[in-house]
Amino acid sequence: MSSEAQPQTTAHATGVKEPDPKILVFCCNWCSYAGADLAGVSRLQMPPYFRTIRVMCSARVDPEFVLRAFQRGADGVLVAGCHPADCHYIGGNYRTRRRIALLKMLIQQFGFDPDRLRLEWVSAGEGEKFQKTIIEFTNTIKELGPSPMARGDE
Amino acid sequence: MATSDKVGAVMVVGGGISGMQSALDLADSGYKVYLVEKQPSIGGTMAQLDKTFPTNDCAMCIMAPKLVATGRHHNIDLITNAEIAIVDGQAGNFTVTVKQHAFRVDTKKCTGCGSCAQKCPIETTNEYDENTKMRKAIYVRYPQAVPLVYAIDADKCIGCGICAEECKAKAVEYDQKEKVLEVKVGSIILSPGFDEFNPRLKTEYGYGVCKNVVSSIEFERLLSATGPYMGTVLRPSDGDIPEKIAFIQCVGSRDEHCGNEYCSSVCCMYSMKQAVIAKEHGGNIKPSIFFMDMRAFGKEFDEYYNRAQNEYGIKFVRSRVAAVSEDPKTKNLTLKYVEKGEPKEEEFQMVVLAVGLRPPADAENLSRIMKFRLNDDGFAQTTTFTPVETSRPGIFVSGAFSAPKDIPMTVAEASGAAAKAGTEIATVRGTLVTKKEYPKEMSVEGQEPRIGVFVCDCGINIAGVVKVSEVVEYAKTLPNVVYAAENLYTCSQDTQEKIKEKIKEFKLNRVVVASCTPRTHEPLFQNTIREAGLNAYLFEMANIRDQCSWIHMHEPKAATKKSKDLVRMAVAKSRLLEPLQNLEINVNPQALVIGGGVTGMTSALELAKQGFKVHLVEKEKVLGGNTPKLHYLPTGEDPVAFVKELDKEISANKNITVYTGTTAKAIDGYVGNFKTTLASGEQIDHGVVILAIGAQEYKPEGEYLYGKNKNVMTLLEFKEKLSKNEAKGNEYVFIQCVGSREDKHPNCSRVCCTGTMTAALEIKKKDPNAKVFVLYRDIRTYGFREKFYKEASSKGVTFIRFEDKEKPKVEEKNGKLEVTVKDEDTGKDIFLKTDYLVLASGTRPQHDAEALAPMLKVPITKEGFFLEAHMKLRPLDFATEGVYLAGLAHGPKFVDESIAQALGAVSRATTVLSKKTLEAEGIVAEIEEKLCDGCGICVPTCEYKALEVVKDKKDAEKKLVEVNVGLCKGCGACVGTCPSGALTQKGYKDSQIYAMIDAALEYDKPKQEVKQ
Repeated sequence: MSSEAQPQTTAHATGVKEPDPKILVFCCNWCSYAGADLAGVSRLQMPPYFRTIRVMCSARVDPEFVLRAFQRGADGVLVAGCHPADCHYIGGNYRTRRRIALLKMLIQQFGFDPDRLRLEWVSAGEGEKFQKTIIEFTNTIKELGPSPMARGDE
Repeated sequence: MATSDKVGAVMVVGGGISGMQSALDLADSGYKVYLVEKQPSIGGTMAQLDKTFPTNDCAMCIMAPKLVATGRHHNIDLITNAEIAIVDGQAGNFTVTVKQHAFRVDTKKCTGCGSCAQKCPIETTNEYDENTKMRKAIYVRYPQAVPLVYAIDADKCIGCGICAEECKAKAVEYDQKEKVLEVKVGSIILSPGFDEFNPRLKTEYGYGVCKNVVSSIEFERLLSATGPYMGTVLRPSDGDIPEKIAFIQCVGSRDEHCGNEYCSSVCCMYSMKQAVIAKEHGGNIKPSIFFMDMRAFGKEFDEYYNRAQNEYGIKFVRSRVAAVSEDPKTKNLTLKYVEKGEPKEEEFQMVVLAVGLRPPADAENLSRIMKFRLNDDGFAQTTTFTPVETSRPGIFVSGAFSAPKDIPMTVAEASGAAAKAGTEIATVRGTLVTKKEYPKEMSVEGQEPRIGVFVCDCGINIAGVVKVSEVVEYAKTLPNVVYAAENLYTCSQDTQEKIKEKIKEFKLNRVVVASCTPRTHEPLFQNTIREAGLNAYLFEMANIRDQCSWIHMHEPKAATKKSKDLVRMAVAKSRLLEPLQNLEINVNPQALVIGGGVTGMTSALELAKQGFKVHLVEKEKVLGGNTPKLHYLPTGEDPVAFVKELDKEISANKNITVYTGTTAKAIDGYVGNFKTTLASGEQIDHGVVILAIGAQEYKPEGEYLYGKNKNVMTLLEFKEKLSKNEAKGNEYVFIQCVGSREDKHPNCSRVCCTGTMTAALEIKKKDPNAKVFVLYRDIRTYGFREKFYKEASSKGVTFIRFEDKEKPKVEEKNGKLEVTVKDEDTGKDIFLKTDYLVLASGTRPQHDAEALAPMLKVPITKEGFFLEAHMKLRPLDFATEGVYLAGLAHGPKFVDESIAQALGAVSRATTVLSKKTLEAEGIVAEIEEKLCDGCGICVPTCEYKALEVVKDKKDAEKKLVEVNVGLCKGCGACVGTCPSGALTQKGYKDSQIYAMIDAALEYDKPKQEVKQ
C-alpha cells in the first residue's frame, strides 16, 4: 500500500480536486460503537469522511444494506463488530464474518474492488484500534479513488 | 422482629463487580438499595483490568453494561466518595450513618463533559492507572466512570479557579463540605474487595528500586489500550519493547515470612493471561513464568494452561526465585533460582511480580464499626455452610473480602449474599421501591411526522469545533422538521423541561437530539419524551460529540459538515419511527429445582423461605447427593449432620414439594411460564428452573489395578471405609489427578487435592505413625486450603511430584501393593509398599445433562457440564432466560462454593419470581405473516432459540415462523437470512436503515427529499 500523500499528488497534477471520499460505517452497539466513543473520549483524531450507522449487532447488517450503500455512491463500507467470542449476542459476529466474506466476492462481480468493503473487530476498549482502522480504510479508499458508481454518474 | 419493624432496603458496601451484582439483583427483586463506595465512582478492581481469563474478554467491554445498569437503576442510590461511620440496630432494621466526602463539584449539575479537566493546570499521577499515567486535579477515575461526575482532588488543587470559569454548568463548588447521611436498611452486604500485597516488602525482588520490576496490577495497566502506552508493552526504564519478561508467582502468598500463608487463588491464572496477552501484543515477547504449583483449578483453566504452553510457547519454570538483581547500565534484571536441584541464573528485560491479595486496608475498621469477626488472616470470617454470612446476623459478605477469589465466584457470591439479604426482609419486599408513572401515551398513528431537533453545544465540547448554529439552521430545512434549537447542555435538567414544553407547543411527534452518545444518554431523553406523553421509541440521536467534534478537533469545517450529515441521517430515520410497546409476560411465581443434593436443597429452602412455592425433583430415592459421602471436611465441620438438618427443614417447609425417584421427562415454555412433565407423570407449572443436578466421582477404568485389587479405591470409597474404621493399615499411598488433566479430560477436578489432605490428616489423627505418601502433579489447595497442605506436611505426610508423562506404576506382589514413582525433583525411582492405594479420581458430569440441555435449550461443554451464559459475569445464568445453574452441574467445586452458587441462583431466580409480569424487549424481531412461508432458514441463526416453525392457525396447509418475544433479545441476526423479507427488527427496520444509508450518501444534495 502506498502512502496517503500519493493520490493527492496525482489529483493536483491533473488540476482536478478529487471529491472527498464517502465512507459508511456500521457499528454494533456493544463493542465497536463503544470503541468509537472511546476514541472520542480519548480525543484520538481521524479523517472526517465517514458516517456511522449504529445497529444492535453486526449480524443485523443485511448484505442488502452494503449493496444499497454502494448503489447510492458509497466509496467504501466498513462493518465493525465485537471480537470473535466477545459478541454480546453470543455468536452474531461469526455470521457477520461469513456474510462479509461472501459479499466481498459478490461486489467484485459488480466491478467493485473488494477492498472497498472491510470487516474489522473493535472492542469497547479499543479506541485506538478504531482510529487506526478509520485512518487505514480512508487511505485505502482514497487510493482506490471514487466508486465506479459515482464515476458512472458523472 | 415484627414485620412492621423491618425495612425493605439493603445497603451494599463496596461498588466493585461484587457490589454491583448484589445491588442489581436486589433492586430487580423489589428492594431499595444504597450502594456505598469509597471512590468517587464505582467499578472497583475489575475496571482496571485489561482482559480476563480464561476467555481473554475485554474487562471493560463486559463490565460496562453492568456499570450503566447500576448507575441508572431508579431503585439503586449511589453514595460514592463515602464511608461507613456508625451502624446501629439489628438484622431487619439497621440504621447506618454514612460520611460522604466533598466532591467540591455539584454532582447534580456536573454533566461529565470534562472541559474543566482539559484546562486544569495541575497534573498528578492517576491511581486508577496505578500511577503509570497522569490525571488532572479535577478528574474522573476513568473515562467510563459511573457516576460520570468530576471531583476535585483537594490535596492537589491550587484553587486557581480556572475549572470554575470553564464550567458552563456552574457546577464547581470549592467550599462544598462533607455530608453525613443516615440511612435505614434491613440488611447489609459487605463487598469492599481486596488490596494488593505491597511488593516492596519482598526486598529481594527489587520492586521500587529497579525500574523494570513492576507489580502485576501495574502490568495490567501497561497492557490496557487505555493505559500509559495505549496497549503497547514498553518497559518503564527506557520505553523499549522488552523481549524477555519474567513473571514471579506467589509474591506475598504462600509465604510465612511475609505473614501470608494462604494462596491468593487467582495469580497463576492472571499471570498466564498477562503472558498470553503480552505475547499477542508483540510476537517477539518471550514470557517465562516462575511458579511453585500451577493452580489452574477453575472451569476450563487447565485447557488455557495447555494453550499457554503449546500454542503461545510460554515457558513455565517450577522454582521459587531467590533474588532479582539489576544491571546498572542496561537496567536488565538477573533472576537467581534453583531448578531441579541446580542453581541457575537468567537475564530478563522486565520482571512482573504476581502480587497476592490482602484484606482491604479498612477491614479492621469495618469489623469494629459493624461488629463482625475477621479470621486469622484478616478476611471476613465465614463457615463452609454459611459462605456469605458474617458472624453478625443481618450482615452478609461476598467477593474477595471473605477469601481471595476470581470474578465468576465473586459474582456468584454477590448474588448469593443478595439472596440471603433478601430473605431477611422478604416480608417487606416491594415496600420501599418506586415505580415510575408516566402520562398516557399520545397516539401518533396516521399523523404526518412533526420532528423537533435539539442540537447540543455541550459547553464548548461540541460548540468549540462545530458551528452549532449552522447545524440548527440546516436542520430547519430538513423535511418534517418543525422545530430546531441550540442548547448549552441538552442533558441538563432545565433542558429536559424545555424539551417537554416544545413537544406540547409544536405538537412534536418525533424528537431528535444531536449531542453525545446514545449509549449513555438515550435513556435519559427517552424518559423525558415519555414524560411528555410520547412513546420512548419515537426518539433518535445523532452523535456529534464523541464521534465528531472530539475526533475532528482541528477540522471545524469538516466536522460541521459531518454534524449536518449525522443530523440528516437521524431525521431520515426519525420520520419512519414507530411507537413500540414492551410486551408484558405473566409470571408464575413457582420454581422447579432439579437435583436434590446440597445445592438443590439449599436453593429450594431459600426460595421457600422467601415465600415462593418450590418443586424439588431428585432422581434418587433420598435427598442429599454427594455431600454425605464426604464424611469429613478439613475444617472439622460435619457434612452428614448438615445434610440431615437441611432435610429436616425441607420436610417441615410447606412451600416445598419433594419428588424423589423421578426425573423431568419434558420441559416446555419460556421464562415465567414453564410446564414440566415428570417421568412419574406429574405435571408442574412454574416460572423458573434451577439446574442443580450435581456431578459424580469418576470410577477408574482399570488404572492402577482399580477393580482388580480391593485395596485400590477412590477417595470417596476410602473416606467411607475410614469413617467406619475399616481402613486398617500402616502405609497409605494417594495418587492425584486420576481421570483429570488427561487427554480426554483435560481439566482439573478442583476438589481432589484438598480432599486428599482431609483424608491424610484423618489417617494421621487416628494413627500419627502411619506412613502417608501423596503422589501429585501440582498441589492445588487454593485460598485458605493451603493451611491443610501445610498441616499435612508438618504432620509427616510425604509429597512426591511426578512428571505428567511419567505416571506411577502399580503392581501386586504377594498380596501387597507396590508403587513405583519417578521423583521429578531427583529424577530417581522411588519404591513404595502400601496397604491402601487411594486414587484421587476426578469429577465427571451427570449424564442427565445431555437429556436436560435440549429440553431447556441450554448448552453443555464438551466435557458435559452445563455452559453458563458468560464465564465471567453470568456464571449462574443461561442465554435462555428463567433458567439458572448452580453447584457441580456447572463444574467441580467445594461444598461452600456450591452453597454460594445455590443461593446465587435463588437471587437470580427471584429477579423473575418477585414480579407479576416481565417486560419483554421492545426492539425484537417481527414476522409479517403474509410474507412468511415457514421455510425456517432463520431458525438456526437465533442464539436464543426464539424462532420456531409452527402451523399457521388460519391455514392448516401453511407453515409459519413464530417469534417468541419472551426469548428474543433483539440482535437482528435473523433478519438478514429471510429470503422473502418477512422478518424485520422493530426499531431497526430495513426501511429505517435504508433511509439512513440514503441520507448519509447525499452529501451535496441536502434539500432533496429522502427516497423511501
